[in-house]
Amino acid sequence: MSGQTHRLASGGEIDRARPLGFSFDGRAYQGYAGDTLASALIANGVRLVGRSFKYHRPRGIYSIGPEEPNALVRLRQGGRAEPNTRATVAELYDGLAAESQHRWPSLGLDIGWVNDLLGPFIPSGFYYKTFMGPGRGAWMVYEKYIRKAAGLGTAAREPDPDRYEKRALWCDVLVVGGGPAGIAAALATAETGARVVLADERASFGGALRRERMTIGGLAGRDWAGNSIDALAARGNVTLLPRTTVFGYYDGNGLGAVERVQDHVPTPGEYLPRQRLWNIRARRVVLATGAIEQPLVFAGNDKPGVMLASAARGYVNQYAARPGTRAVIATGNDDAYRTAIDLALAGVEVVAVVDHRPAADGALPRAARARGIDVVTGHAVVGTIGMMDVAAVEIARIDPQGALADGAARQLACDLVCASGGWQPAVHLHSHTGAKPVFDDTINAFVPGPSRQAELSVGAARGAFALADCLADGLRAGAEAAKATGHGSGAVPPTPACEDGGVQAPARALWPVPRPPGVRGKAFVDIQDDVTDKDVALAHREGYVSVEHLKRYTTLGMGTDQGKISNLAGHAIMAGLRGQSMQQVGTTTFRPPYTPVAFAAFAGRELGRHYQPIRRTPTHAWHEANGATFIEAGLWVRPQVYMRGGEQMGDAIAREVRAVRGNLGICDVSTLGKIDVQGPDAAKFLDRVYCNTFSTLPAGRARYGLMLREDGIVMDDGTTSRLSEHRFFMTTTTANAGKVMTHLEYYLSVVWPELKVQVASVTEQWAGIAVAGPKSRELLQRAMTGVDLSNEALPFMGVRDGLLAGIPARVFRISFSGELAYEVNVPSDFGVAAWEALMAAGNPLDAVPYGLEAMGVMRIEKGHVVGSELDGRTTPGDLNMDRLVSKKKDFIGRQLMGRPGLVDPKRKRLVGLVPVDGRTRIRAGAQIVADPRAPAPVEMLGHVTSACPSASLNHPIALALVSGGLERKGQTLHAAFPLRNESVAVKVVDPVFVDPEGKRLHG
Amino acid sequence: MLIRCPWCGERDHAEYFYGGDATVKRPAENAGVQAWNDYVYLRDNPKGPHRELWQHQAGCREWLVVTRDTLTHDILGVEPVKGAAR
Ligand SMILES: [Zn+2]
Repeated sequence: MSGQTHRLASGGEIDRARPLGFSFDGRAYQGYAGDTLASALIANGVRLVGRSFKYHRPRGIYSIGPEEPNALVRLRQGGRAEPNTRATVAELYDGLAAESQHRWPSLGLDIGWVNDLLGPFIPSGFYYKTFMGPGRGAWMVYEKYIRKAAGLGTAAREPDPDRYEKRALWCDVLVVGGGPAGIAAALATAETGARVVLADERASFGGALRRERMTIGGLAGRDWAGNSIDALAARGNVTLLPRTTVFGYYDGNGLGAVERVQDHVPTPGEYLPRQRLWNIRARRVVLATGAIEQPLVFAGNDKPGVMLASAARGYVNQYAARPGTRAVIATGNDDAYRTAIDLALAGVEVVAVVDHRPAADGALPRAARARGIDVVTGHAVVGTIGMMDVAAVEIARIDPQGALADGAARQLACDLVCASGGWQPAVHLHSHTGAKPVFDDTINAFVPGPSRQAELSVGAARGAFALADCLADGLRAGAEAAKATGHGSGAVPPTPACEDGGVQAPARALWPVPRPPGVRGKAFVDIQDDVTDKDVALAHREGYVSVEHLKRYTTLGMGTDQGKISNLAGHAIMAGLRGQSMQQVGTTTFRPPYTPVAFAAFAGRELGRHYQPIRRTPTHAWHEANGATFIEAGLWVRPQVYMRGGEQMGDAIAREVRAVRGNLGICDVSTLGKIDVQGPDAAKFLDRVYCNTFSTLPAGRARYGLMLREDGIVMDDGTTSRLSEHRFFMTTTTANAGKVMTHLEYYLSVVWPELKVQVASVTEQWAGIAVAGPKSRELLQRAMTGVDLSNEALPFMGVRDGLLAGIPARVFRISFSGELAYEVNVPSDFGVAAWEALMAAGNPLDAVPYGLEAMGVMRIEKGHVVGSELDGRTTPGDLNMDRLVSKKKDFIGRQLMGRPGLVDPKRKRLVGLVPVDGRTRIRAGAQIVADPRAPAPVEMLGHVTSACPSASLNHPIALALVSGGLERKGQTLHAAFPLRNESVAVKVVDPVFVDPEGKRLHG
Repeated sequence: MLIRCPWCGERDHAEYFYGGDATVKRPAENAGVQAWNDYVYLRDNPKGPHRELWQHQAGCREWLVVTRDTLTHDILGVEPVKGAAR
């Protein structure tokens, strides 16, 4: 352990009584409670924390917040590992393990640094031009090496063991950001009784007050913040969300936030999620998101030892960690003089403040001079000296117009360069709403434009940086937001007295810092993405005029920091090159998320079995208790097959099929969609909805119906019964139950509102049980009372009501298996009782339960179509159902079904297939071709839609859609399955393999 | 987006099902294949206010005519489809 050589003896918010051990790249260090990983590394004198993305240049900690471009680490290990974590916002805990990224084989010795020497040969667009131009096959070859060398962190391969959850939250006023302005807004809002939420990304509220030496009401800023938060926490109408980043602002004043509930401990506590995603709906939003300090673009501005001026003093003030021993401050504004003063107070030698303005006479520069700090105005830091680290800066004279006064540069020895290019308000959330930020010449940055939603930016987030303005802004916005939601009078509480160092003189932008001859080194605009001022100039020369194109060409602002500390400089340089104003050049569109959000947080608990709801039929428990295996069909879980001891699945399916065809089987058909259609115009409505006629159907009878879309393609099918003059009972396929319901509601509401019809989904109200096989009537006669089940009283397609073991039941004489069969419907709650009654009555008849697989085999044997054939491309004609289509009435689909393409005789139509050799399996999905040996391209005649071994015929069978359909009956074709290098010679046959005359149905 | 259902009140758009352009009218039976083709396949893609059909599927299941700005997602009006000018 090298020790906390850069820790100050006193001060800061760290708890020196609570040391915490941690490791970085396998080396052990110690920090204190209250540290971030970054502040602890600084306290330990660690300067090199990462390699850059493209050139693999050595990089150090650059910032103190979520804008950090360099200190991206892989945090934790195993399934908890998280790449691209910003060390500047990662709270330290005992045992924290972090690894640097973008380096190979080690941080100190990185092979990729050679890219830096090749730098002139890797300008913007290099990869595209070199590897993706003519003969772009090269990209395929090189991509994996380039990506490995680039290194964007590696995700964990193991499943994440932690829980993530989601919650919804509603409030009158959401205050985003818990700095002085945000706290003031929350205080003013809370007083009115309005429901207020205050969220801040940090563990403790206070924002800049924790990093700056400022006072409010005579208290140190951090104490005022602490007291205010205590007061807010004591109120019932306030929800405080620390460690919570509001990352997105969406339509309807909906905001997304992620709370890092247990990211600050090694493993989450019992019953606690690691992170929580908040879906917040607020009537008003106060954006107190602060501002982000911008870098200066000079040669070598990326080396370890160069950091943002506010970050340097923040580490000293909040963490008592000294980022260097000899500092030079580079600035064009008064604010950075705080850094000079605070560093001096902490015992850091301040070599000079180098200010590119001709003069600096504001309160802060005067205070710095009063401390004996050397202030060099009319100069700029133009370069840095040192390979792995900063050893000195080069400074040069700048004239009042911002140009080089002369070419001479001189050196100042230092190991810390604190740069400030001014402050850019964090307008991200404002921008997410679609609002357009506007450029403010007085602060040289973009400020919020007119609001598009019920939001207001306050304090630094709108460019009002003075502490008094932040407080006044927050109080006013809070009171107004509360009033807008019907709380309070709108009276603004008085602003407390405060002290922040005095009025500041105007800042001056200098993009980029001019480069004297002889000063070497890249000047980075986007440090994270390794985009230099030359890259921006190249983009300009190559004709990129829009900042959006600039971004995509150079990758400016495309890193995990999303341009937080690079967009302003990049766009300013672009504006300078084009001779335009910043307002004309504009800024790129900010999009959610503000900072990266883990996929796990978005997934929440919707993982594995919780991904979607599970639907079980009313008789599920019986199937489970009686050896069924289950299969998922959409959301439904259905019995697949009931295997007996030692039985193979295929044998069990065949046994169930033979039981039904030869004797008696019982099957759960509850999943079918069921719709109650009632009203005086119900018959008229069904005539329009189905392509066949229902108005002629007598009560007590059922009919197969085929439903088309307006384009003439089959949408769904099912059996619909007429229960009485004005009441029908429609069934749909399991998969399309919801879709058909919506379809019916649409036509009744939107297209034919004059029809007197009501529809209601009753799918879940009825348990459905199919009873099939030669003995099915005998079984029902034993089990049911109050209904005549004779062939005369209940013929094929008849419907009657009766009692099943005393349960009111409706019996439909319909058949999917092709056998004599019935479907019995009972109210869902009686499903198990009805099933058990049927099984009990069926036992002496050797009834067996059968599952979805046997049902599937029997429907293929009968040539009945399901979703595989009703694939959204087939017409009634394609399914050999032309005769069903009424020519006497109008119906949905009629007008377009006659289009030439839909009646082409070469269309693919339904046929049956059997293997020529009588035994080879035909695969569903196989392509039908005339000659499997013909060279490509081969004409595809069709494809196999369904296939199975026929238990009734003892050989494989299949249904297929084949060009010309049954005109090819008797032909030998080939079912090719190139993925498995298979081809089966098949004969085209009638698609009804069993009982083609349909005699069994009518027995 | 929040859509104010005339029956259920203001609800998140996730409760609603988008049903397409409300200004398109189903042609008469004998309107001819061209009119039908246009009805089924041709849609304008307006930038700005647009009258759309939405069904409050996870609520009262009523069909509504929603006037929505396709650029800003602002909901400018919501009417029951029955009686709405289309
Ligand atoms: Zn509703």
